[in-house]
Amino acid sequence: MSKPMFTSIEAYKNISYKKIEPVLSHTTDKFKSNLEEVLDLLSLRDGMTLSFHHHLRNGDGVLNLVMDYIIRRNIKNITLAASSLFPVHGLIVDYIEKGHITKIISSYINGPVATAISKGLLKDQVIMQTHGGRARSIETGELVIDIAFIGLSCADKNGNGNGKYGQNAFGPVGYSNADMMYAKNVVVITDNLVDEVKEDEIQSKYVDYVVVVDSIGKQESIVSGTTQITKDPIGIKIAKDTTKVLDALGLIKPGFSMQTGAGGVSLAVANEVYNIMSERNIKGSFISGGITAYFVKMLEENKMDKLFDVQCFDLEAVRSYRENKNHIGMSASKYANPFDNPVVNNLDFTILGATEIDLNFNVNVTTDSYGAIIGGSGGHADSAYGAKVTIITTQIMKSRMPIIKDRVTAITTPGDSVDILVTERGIAVNPKRTDLINCLSGKIKLYSIKELQDICYTITGKPMNIEKGNQTIGIIEYRDGSIIDYLYKK
Amino acid sequence: MSRSLLFIPGNNPSMIQNSDLYGADAVIFDLEDSVLVQHKDAARKLVKFYLEQFNLLSCKVIVRINGMETPFLKMDLDDLTYDYIDMFMIPNATHGAIEYITNQLKELEKERHLKKEIKLIPIIETPYALLQVKDIVKMSRVSGLLFGAEDYSMNMSIKRTKEGSEISFARNMISIAAKAYNKEVYDTPFIDVNDSEGLKKDILLAKSLGFSGKAAIHPRQIDLINTLFSPSQEDIFDALRIIKEAKKDNKGAFSIDGKMVDAPIITRAKKVIEQAKLYGLIGDGDV
Repeated sequence: MSKPMFTSIEAYKNISYKKIEPVLSHTTDKFKSNLEEVLDLLSLRDGMTLSFHHHLRNGDGVLNLVMDYIIRRNIKNITLAASSLFPVHGLIVDYIEKGHITKIISSYINGPVATAISKGLLKDQVIMQTHGGRARSIETGELVIDIAFIGLSCADKNGNGNGKYGQNAFGPVGYSNADMMYAKNVVVITDNLVDEVKEDEIQSKYVDYVVVVDSIGKQESIVSGTTQITKDPIGIKIAKDTTKVLDALGLIKPGFSMQTGAGGVSLAVANEVYNIMSERNIKGSFISGGITAYFVKMLEENKMDKLFDVQCFDLEAVRSYRENKNHIGMSASKYANPFDNPVVNNLDFTILGATEIDLNFNVNVTTDSYGAIIGGSGGHADSAYGAKVTIITTQIMKSRMPIIKDRVTAITTPGDSVDILVTERGIAVNPKRTDLINCLSGKIKLYSIKELQDICYTITGKPMNIEKGNQTIGIIEYRDGSIIDYLYKK
Repeated sequence: MSRSLLFIPGNNPSMIQNSDLYGADAVIFDLEDSVLVQHKDAARKLVKFYLEQFNLLSCKVIVRINGMETPFLKMDLDDLTYDYIDMFMIPNATHGAIEYITNQLKELEKERHLKKEIKLIPIIETPYALLQVKDIVKMSRVSGLLFGAEDYSMNMSIKRTKEGSEISFARNMISIAAKAYNKEVYDTPFIDVNDSEGLKKDILLAKSLGFSGKAAIHPRQIDLINTLFSPSQEDIFDALRIIKEAKKDNKGAFSIDGKMVDAPIITRAKKVIEQAKLYGLIGDGDV
């Protein structure tokens, strides 16, 4: 069935949503001595769709382990439904070139795999989903998974398990929840077999087989990219100005909720917010999304009631998830599926980044300005839609490239769900949010986004347009499943 | 009047490009110590091109040129004596050097029909300059002094400490000299950019000695310098009360909350209000 084109951020409200029935396991003897035996039992073959989660992020070892078997058996035309792909998965570039993997469905792709896809090496297409959109597509049966491989740092022989304990603990297993319930077959892969699991995020009733391996990955590599407060003075200025906007809007108030990314500027905003909370003795209600040590500090200092965690971004978050009862794991669906009354809908504000933003406030975090894939939505489009106020923080230029475009190279998050842009050279509010403009008027100097673009051009000049390729290599799906943009071969 | 003066290395394009963003009252584009000899030409050209091309700066523009003892001074003056410069900062200042530079500038300004006179901020950073400070500061082109404690300490063969007792005489001397001739006086930078408590103490000490501002070597020092060199809300409140009472009562002296208020206190209150207006802390309607 062909996918509809994106029409509106509210279009999902006119779609009838029906979940398929969860798939229960019928196996009784689940524990197997090796992966080879399991794959034989499951008749792994050409054309299957295999899913993986990315809770170990750039430390994930499970996907590469399974792929190794696929190559040895010369299985072709696999669809890879991995919630995210990182540089650690670079070896599959070879498998893409040789036709073992021909289609990829993911929410974030960075590193050699992204580069290979952008070069057009994938025979079929890439589908870039949001985190909420991925859960939705699995729950409705739109994305049918033949085998879900779920790496766990702690599991028993029956397949009950979690990511809380063990040498490679990684936190909640939220991205695998839908895979566990709706995949035709579920395989738990662990490096820490225990007699009994008390907190079973992954439940035996859905699990077909359990295998023990030497290692599911490297816990320490969960921390990839920036998960520290920026020390860059420009980043700090953007963070301070963002906090002034939040304060002027009255958003830092008792019971408020927020989400930020794990980038240096986002964390600097969180730190500024923390300082205000400390000064004024304000306690918030919850932080959602990816969790870092900074948010753990807020929880443990009783400045936040709860952390709703879909993935841990550092090891302090992993520890907290194990120890704090108010550090609560959630599924990707509960986090961001538009049809699941998701947590993001209760956010007062979210702070997000951008590779590009355009005059209509559309945001690109999927490609660079040359069209090459460098990331993906993750929860970007989901939290932008759900939060009452969505703020994009970005430097106005990066490597002398203006960030404000006439039209972004690829739309990840539609401008109708983006409210405010904060750059080092000024702040612009989406003209559709007259309520915010009225509230900030007289308190914060505002520019139109065009004025900010012109200021940037006085420094950089107006760059030449980069023509898109003429061969599509994939699509960007909005959270409701509609096509919001296309990706082109480089 | 500047509270904060931020040094920006003259050979760093990205820092120059963002120099106006940090809230400093003045930016000092440095062609001296932060630029290696082999990069002097490139730095001078870069600063020149930036100032010619971009009109982004909303703060005072100062260039620290190279000193008399170098072959670069003449080139610095030749290349940069234009209307986009507010002040030149002069390292290793002596009375003779300031006199020489003043004469050079007069000629260049006349030849190029500049609309204004470029002022000078000599850096007092040698014992010799300290002995000459009165003669230096009273020169008409000098708008203020900067104390350069690091070079001063090196020239005195003394070790710098964070509390700065070893430089207290020089600080006092420079401040008194500047005040005697009604000129601005800026304190030496605090070099540990990670020690905000130390910076705070250093600013408060400088303020207590009469310094009007302080140089900064990192953007993150600016907020604290601006805040502490601005009148506090309490200062402004008290000053407003004093001025209000003074308007009401034409007596030479009166009391507020049991404390005597006379002419010097009223004058000080007026200065506080002037500063508060200058830094946008109050509007005209508040007085």
